[in-house]
Amino acid sequence: MASTRLTFFSVVLALLLSVAAWNAQAALTIEITGGASLQIPVAIAPFAGEEAYPDKLSKIVMDDLARSGLFKLIDTSGMTPPRIPADVRVGDWKAKGATALAMANVVAQPGGRIDVQFRLIDTVRQDVAQAVQLAGYSLPTSKAQLRLTAHQIADIIFEKLTGSPGAFASRIAYITKRGNTHELQVADSDGFNAQTVFTSREPIISPAWSPDGTKLAYVAFDQKKPIVYVQTLATGKRQAVANFKGNNSAPAWSPDGRQLAVVLSREGFAQIYTMNADGTGLKRLTNTSNIDTEPNWSPDGKYLLFTSDRGGSPQIYRMPSYGGEAVRLTFEGSYNVTPRYSPDGKSFVFIQREGGKFRVAVQDFVTGQVQVLTDNGLDESPSWAPNGKMILYATERLGRGVLAAVSSDGRVKQKLSAQASDVREPAWGPLLKAKP
Amino acid sequence: MKRIPLYLLITVLLGACANEPTKTQAGAQVEDRTAQKQATTPGADTKPLLPPAESSVNPLKDPNNILSQRSVFYDYDSFDVKPEYKALVEAHGKYLASNPSAKVFLQGNADERGSREYNLALGQKRADGVRKILSLLGVKDAQMEAVSLGEEKPRADCHEESCWSQNRRTDFLYQGE
Repeated sequence: MASTRLTFFSVVLALLLSVAAWNAQAALTIEITGGASLQIPVAIAPFAGEEAYPDKLSKIVMDDLARSGLFKLIDTSGMTPPRIPADVRVGDWKAKGATALAMANVVAQPGGRIDVQFRLIDTVRQDVAQAVQLAGYSLPTSKAQLRLTAHQIADIIFEKLTGSPGAFASRIAYITKRGNTHELQVADSDGFNAQTVFTSREPIISPAWSPDGTKLAYVAFDQKKPIVYVQTLATGKRQAVANFKGNNSAPAWSPDGRQLAVVLSREGFAQIYTMNADGTGLKRLTNTSNIDTEPNWSPDGKYLLFTSDRGGSPQIYRMPSYGGEAVRLTFEGSYNVTPRYSPDGKSFVFIQREGGKFRVAVQDFVTGQVQVLTDNGLDESPSWAPNGKMILYATERLGRGVLAAVSSDGRVKQKLSAQASDVREPAWGPLLKAKP
Repeated sequence: MKRIPLYLLITVLLGACANEPTKTQAGAQVEDRTAQKQATTPGADTKPLLPPAESSVNPLKDPNNILSQRSVFYDYDSFDVKPEYKALVEAHGKYLASNPSAKVFLQGNADERGSREYNLALGQKRADGVRKILSLLGVKDAQMEAVSLGEEKPRADCHEESCWSQNRRTDFLYQGE
């Protein structure tokens, strides 16, 4: 009897623990739909020594690459994992279809330090006596930073094989709503390590990363009206930087991190202002009796994109970041909002309404050409990955707010969802630097 | 329950302020009442049956009074106050103009579609439109503040027009409510 009951309880306990662990680990689950028409075949061999740690590094690297939709992961079962380049039998990997092979040794060092010695091997060229190494790094890390190191390895592979930098070693911020509880959360780009940095019974909107990734600006309603705060992530301290009469909202960081553009309604309507990041030095940029909102800085800091209804419907405009004449940029449709410069400054993403549907679209600055990337109904808040390859946005599925991502060419699509919460207002942060 | 006496007190005070010319008469009435009271108090603790006071006394709460209507609704993408809401806005304008101590929050709202930040600005424009009409009716700036809740505080929660139409609105929220 006693032993049966014990077993029963331990099963229940194990179930509860596994559910809790699952919640803590994968707060956001990411599902891919679609992929590039030509995927690069790559083999990721199990990393020697990785079994000593709870997170399997090679799995994290494979998941990152698979999620991008640009790679075909070669099945490595039955292959002997190489430990040194001399172990690599190029012909065997080529026969498996791989164009490149990633291998690594995870080596524990004194004092809790860990070295990850990583190599990327060309498995196409067989004409040379020894395997050609495409990349080789010794990455110093620690147990707490192992997942970050895996993301950095995925970024190296991504860059060597596609020619563009990766963005796996980055974080995203977003808002969850469950009942009346609103939370500002920060997670790794793969949805792991989600942490709540601010909780409120009132709404939170418009999180924006400082360019160095150490702070978040956001709008919170906990004082019964929208106020702009800047919170330092390492300390959790927050400061109200815009708390004027009326509404305070839409914070946007200048590329050097010294200034914020904000939207204030102290004169009646929403107008765009700039201020120093500590809230001093307020300067009004627009002077209209219309809505001017959603400012966003160009990567060189010279211009601001914004939304205005000065022409009778909400459209996207550009003006110098010190103020002055605004130029209208969008002309198709009667509702174009939320402009965000691409990281290279050559295009901008925005939300376009057509036939009652709100979709993510990208417009090229030179040609003016617009490409609609999504086919949902209620898309909002687009945010570029730091490498400009993906766009994260909020949408709705079965009456619930979810996050989704689309590649900048529209081919790869991902859906991110959280358990039993509405998720909204995503913001993709800058690349993380390694802190060994 | 505890709120009712407070309301009675406030509305009696408001009424007293609004009807200043009749103050001399009120003095006479007080005398009459005192006489009545003296006549009844020596006996047991009796109380007159009061009519349901709240609805008849507070015009803001009286369902038969237009002042109990507190919401202006809008067409999609629009911030124009439609003709059918002119009487409602005017009634609140007259009430505020004749009750200078009354203060009102004008809370603009938007439906969930589109950008949250644009909807915050749109709600502000809706609330500010009502504020401007009230201002023309003689309501002082210090009596009102136009704010926006954007799409963040929906009254109705579904994802279709039956709910959206209820969420595109400006609410009159009087101080103390």
